[in-house]
Amino acid sequence: MALKLLDGSEAIVEAAILAGARMYAGYPMSPATELVENMARKMPESGGVCINAATEIEGINIAMGAAATGFRAATGSCGQGLALMQEAIAEAALNETPIVIFNMARNQQDYFQATRGGGWGDYRTITLSPKDIYEAVEHAQLAFHLADKYRVPVIFLGDNLLARTQMGVEVEKIDFGPLPEKDWQLDGTSGGTGNSRQIWTFGGGKANNPGPGPDGHWRRIAEKFDMIAGCEARHEEVFMDDAEVAVIAFGTGGRFVEYVVRELRQEGVKVGMFRPITLWPFPGEALEQATEDCRQVLVFELNAGQMIDDVRLNVADRKKVSAIGGVSFDESGLNLGPLMDARVIRERILTAMEGVA
Amino acid sequence: MSFVETTRPPSAEATKIADFKPSLLQTEEHHLCPGCGESVAIRLVLEVIEELGLAQKNVCVIGHGCYGSFVQIMDVDCTLCLHGRAPAVSTGIKRMRPEVAVWTLQGDGDMTSEGLAEILHATARGEDITCILVNNGVFGDTGGQMTASTVVGQRTKNTLDGRDPDYHGYPIVIGDMVASMQGSAYVARGSVHNAASIAKTKRLIRTGFERQLERQGLSLVEILTMCPTGWFVPTADGADYLMESLGKTYPLGVIKDITKQAEPAD
Repeated sequence: MALKLLDGSEAIVEAAILAGARMYAGYPMSPATELVENMARKMPESGGVCINAATEIEGINIAMGAAATGFRAATGSCGQGLALMQEAIAEAALNETPIVIFNMARNQQDYFQATRGGGWGDYRTITLSPKDIYEAVEHAQLAFHLADKYRVPVIFLGDNLLARTQMGVEVEKIDFGPLPEKDWQLDGTSGGTGNSRQIWTFGGGKANNPGPGPDGHWRRIAEKFDMIAGCEARHEEVFMDDAEVAVIAFGTGGRFVEYVVRELRQEGVKVGMFRPITLWPFPGEALEQATEDCRQVLVFELNAGQMIDDVRLNVADRKKVSAIGGVSFDESGLNLGPLMDARVIRERILTAMEGVA
Repeated sequence: MSFVETTRPPSAEATKIADFKPSLLQTEEHHLCPGCGESVAIRLVLEVIEELGLAQKNVCVIGHGCYGSFVQIMDVDCTLCLHGRAPAVSTGIKRMRPEVAVWTLQGDGDMTSEGLAEILHATARGEDITCILVNNGVFGDTGGQMTASTVVGQRTKNTLDGRDPDYHGYPIVIGDMVASMQGSAYVARGSVHNAASIAKTKRLIRTGFERQLERQGLSLVEILTMCPTGWFVPTADGADYLMESLGKTYPLGVIKDITKQAEPAD
């Protein structure tokens, strides 16, 4: 096995192209800049197109156009750029255009943005949150698979550590199984046949083949997201079988917490980790079961408390739940802060455990 | 002076309006107001697409306006995209399927108000797409409010005493802006206020699509259309009002044709 020393951004780009991505329309913003730089270099080599979009709004709409033709397409930025894309993310959910949106976030403050969204309508976005570059290589491919499987937008939520850390990785194509045929794709060949195609948020259909209309269309979309919620939740557990204290963390935070949990276990502390891999759908049932016998559920996230809402919604006794994270940036305001550190996490876990027998 | 003989029936059979329905419409029924110019403009585009042999080789990207209802009756592959973003969505489609003719259908509110950035950047990139702008100087779909293309003095529901440049600013002449950019191949402005203009406008649309097929860059065909409902004028006065108001700020004709420029002077 030949490992290549790659930046996270480069590995993600290689994985996306390997998954068949043919269009990336992005806009530079730290720490997502390297993504568009690598796409601009590597997309043309593989027969794809990378467009340096004028705005994030234009970028996601270009990606939606490309995806509407049946090809795999993506856009990306950090949370600040995804804020501009919210209308289009909702539109992709409601008109069923499968696109992937990479959020190389500056921190962990985009949890609500990813899982709740800011567009209009009853829609959700599958959100994959890899803990490290190895998983990022998998998720960059899985995101396109899930987008095509359900005709939905999928968010890949990374951060600056993921984007800029170098690791030896092997980017290999992963087969996730068969997908439905794209009989909806706009290839321009159906005009004048009486069966011309239509992609439209209101689901109206055509005069000689009427669709369900907005009410029926949006009910169906809502049912589709209910169905996804029931079958696509993913998570990872570390020492949860006999854990007395559970630490819940996502993304890079999960990687750090896992290290601390393994360290504490060696010292005989009965602590475990539960990491949602999909932030939506949130693995709520699994969390409820895993934390049933825990006396404490500690939530570690670098924000003022966002994922903790989902944890409280799912842990049977919400009084067990408390936060051990918080807002933490470096001095530039563009990167994860000093709280994302094994020593600090260890202290916070032990402090939280004091006095709770 | 000769007079037409009226004592005998005409030699050709009378033609019903419904017979003018282009084959790329699934029905002759539409939901536009009496006197509206948009249905005529769309008819011309569909005729051109068929005549150029593009019926099974085109994708339409429709913006938000009254014309949006044609998403349900045009028998072409189409998507109704977000307000103003049609040139961006078209970019994605054309880059993935360069063999397909890609065209947008936008109003002045869609293109010059909400989507100014998208049309200008698609032009700057020289995307091989054809943008059809139906310009009536108002947001017709919402009942006649000011857009970026409302002309000075024009009454709308939110410029009740006419557009006052000191208060509301000046109209954006999008055709001239696009023509001034290197990425545009063809920019022309037609109208549907009388039969002669309708015939002329069809030729402009045809040339616009031809420039796309030649991969010369972006083509924009602006079509001035009547909106008596949104202008608060009697239906029958629409054509005259169009020329008295928008017609003066937006003169008809070919604004730019890259192919003609490349030819040696006569």
